[in-house]
Amino acid sequence: MEEKFDAIVVGAGPAGSACGYTLAKAGLNTLVVERGKFPGAKNMWGGAYYGPFLHELFPNFWEEAPVERYIKHRKFSFLTEDSALSVDFTTKKFDEPPYNGFSVLRAKFDRWLASKAEQAGAIVASGLQGDDLLWEGSKVSGIKAGGDDLPADVVVVCDGANSILAEKAGLRGDLSPKDMKQGVKEVIQLPREVIEQRFNLNGKEGIAWESLGTFTKGIPGGAFIYTNEDSLSIGVVVQLNALAEKNVKANDLLEEYKQHPEVASFLKDGKMVEYSAHLIPVSGKAMMPTLYGDGILVAGDAAAMTLATGLALEGANFAIASGAAAAETIIEAKKTGDFSKTTLSRYQTRLEQSFVLKDLETFKKAPHFLENPRLYEKYPEFVCDMAEKIFTNDGKPREKTMKLLKQAMDGRISFLQIIQDLWQIKRSI
Amino acid sequence: MSTMKIEDKLAVNKFDIDKDVHIQLKEEACKNCDVHSCLYVCPADCFKLGESDNITFAYEGCLECGSCRIVCDKDAIEWTLPRAGFGICYQYG
Ligand SMILES: Cc1cc2nc3c(=O)[nH]c(=O)nc-3n(C[C@H](O)[C@H](O)[C@H](O)COP(=O)(O)OP(=O)(O)OC[C@H]3O[C@@H](n4cnc5c(N)ncnc54)[C@H](O)[C@@H]3O)c2cc1C
Ligand code: SF4
Ligand code: SF4
Repeated sequence: MEEKFDAIVVGAGPAGSACGYTLAKAGLNTLVVERGKFPGAKNMWGGAYYGPFLHELFPNFWEEAPVERYIKHRKFSFLTEDSALSVDFTTKKFDEPPYNGFSVLRAKFDRWLASKAEQAGAIVASGLQGDDLLWEGSKVSGIKAGGDDLPADVVVVCDGANSILAEKAGLRGDLSPKDMKQGVKEVIQLPREVIEQRFNLNGKEGIAWESLGTFTKGIPGGAFIYTNEDSLSIGVVVQLNALAEKNVKANDLLEEYKQHPEVASFLKDGKMVEYSAHLIPVSGKAMMPTLYGDGILVAGDAAAMTLATGLALEGANFAIASGAAAAETIIEAKKTGDFSKTTLSRYQTRLEQSFVLKDLETFKKAPHFLENPRLYEKYPEFVCDMAEKIFTNDGKPREKTMKLLKQAMDGRISFLQIIQDLWQIKRSI
Repeated sequence: MSTMKIEDKLAVNKFDIDKDVHIQLKEEACKNCDVHSCLYVCPADCFKLGESDNITFAYEGCLECGSCRIVCDKDAIEWTLPRAGFGICYQYG
């Protein structure tokens, strides 16, 4: 290929496809390369897509996109070995367009999003890997892919959590296991009526259910279940360095979670149809690479733009918004033909003005707070024990709540620790 | 549901396994390693402890997550992506 592209986007995940779409729609000659056989073939997540940004890009996208169910219920549980304390939140608003979130399977969804880029005029080349960058002096001038040199004015790196190209561009150093969580997941098939009956759902209603508890053996992280149309996505997300330090496998934690009495009945007679794993960058701003250089921009997970507050994990909305912001920056730069670092630095300004860097700034202390081991061992035991004491009627005279509280805390956790933790919570989430 | 082994889980996945090996282990470096982090972080059990406490590696079930590359601090893993189009091919994701 001798053609020079205005822009080459590496990776057709949410960031890359949103970027390719926005560029092509503005008339730029755009190539998106994707190493999978099709967009989505390499991708897994929880997962549910939240927030209004996709609706701004594609109004009423849920009418055409392959979404599984809209999220009608957000449930959160503390689990100990044999008990569970849960909160289930729902509101009428979750029932109405533009909806609060949708459960999604990536193999279908990513293909759809990439098709939008294609329809807008981008070339989406699946089965093509960006192996390296092309350089003209200190400026990135394209990529090497499949043995060819592909020149472009600008390269947008959207190659996900492991971003090899951000590393090759010198925009970040080695990744640290402290900054990563590992997700492992199963997709379990069940007839849709069974799902609706077990989770008390009607029609397209769905549930997103996150849990913290003793099943992670003190390792920072938790578990999730998302209802799809006729399957469940079930998995755990756990701190990578802690797996190595404690000699624990994420899959064993997933198995333990699946066996929990509160969980097992929902999975009964289901058929496991896929097992997947992926990393998530979780330290937010603290691990963010340099976002731009001469002829190059970084978006999505490659730039560590995920929000992990403990109650939920969001990344796809940040990926899409940052991909689109990278595209807008390039469209503006194209007017003067100047793709230098100085011009491309406007990308950072755009992100600072959008929810992307605002949210990551707001929650920048959350990753630190989430390392607190008490959250994963002591608190689940403490709240479940407390609930058991309040709700059990064993015929003996009842105790006052404060006394029960003291008993539940006994030896496990001190008032001082609770106050310290509450202070940390207040400061971080 | 009874507990399932990782190899049985991998058996339901769709892979297009390349004849080229994309991850190579420098077994010499592993000889000086006493933590064997790769054994625990690999979600696909690609690393195994051999009879003489040596580490062996098989690339076929690799889910391309990158965990081993990030965790091994002895630079014992020459990690690359499989050739485009090969490797894991998620049908659900
Ligand atoms: C277990 C888990 C649960 C999650 N749950 C949620 C959730 O519920 N909600 C949410 O919003 N987010 C969730 N996330 C985060 C979300 O998945 C990511 O933030 C999002 O996918 C990032 O999009 P991206 O486009 O930046 O990267 P990716 O989705 O990783 O896409 C990168 C793309 O680049 C391709 N690629 C990589 N290297 C190359 C190369 N050299 N050449 C060509 N192509 C390449 C890959 O094949 C891939 O298609 C979860 C993540 C995990 C792992
Ligand atoms: S690959 Fe790394 S972590 Fe695993 S045994 Fe070898 S040196 Fe140790
Ligand atoms: S990349 Fe992931 S799945 Fe592949 S060998 Fe390394 S840890 Fe195992």
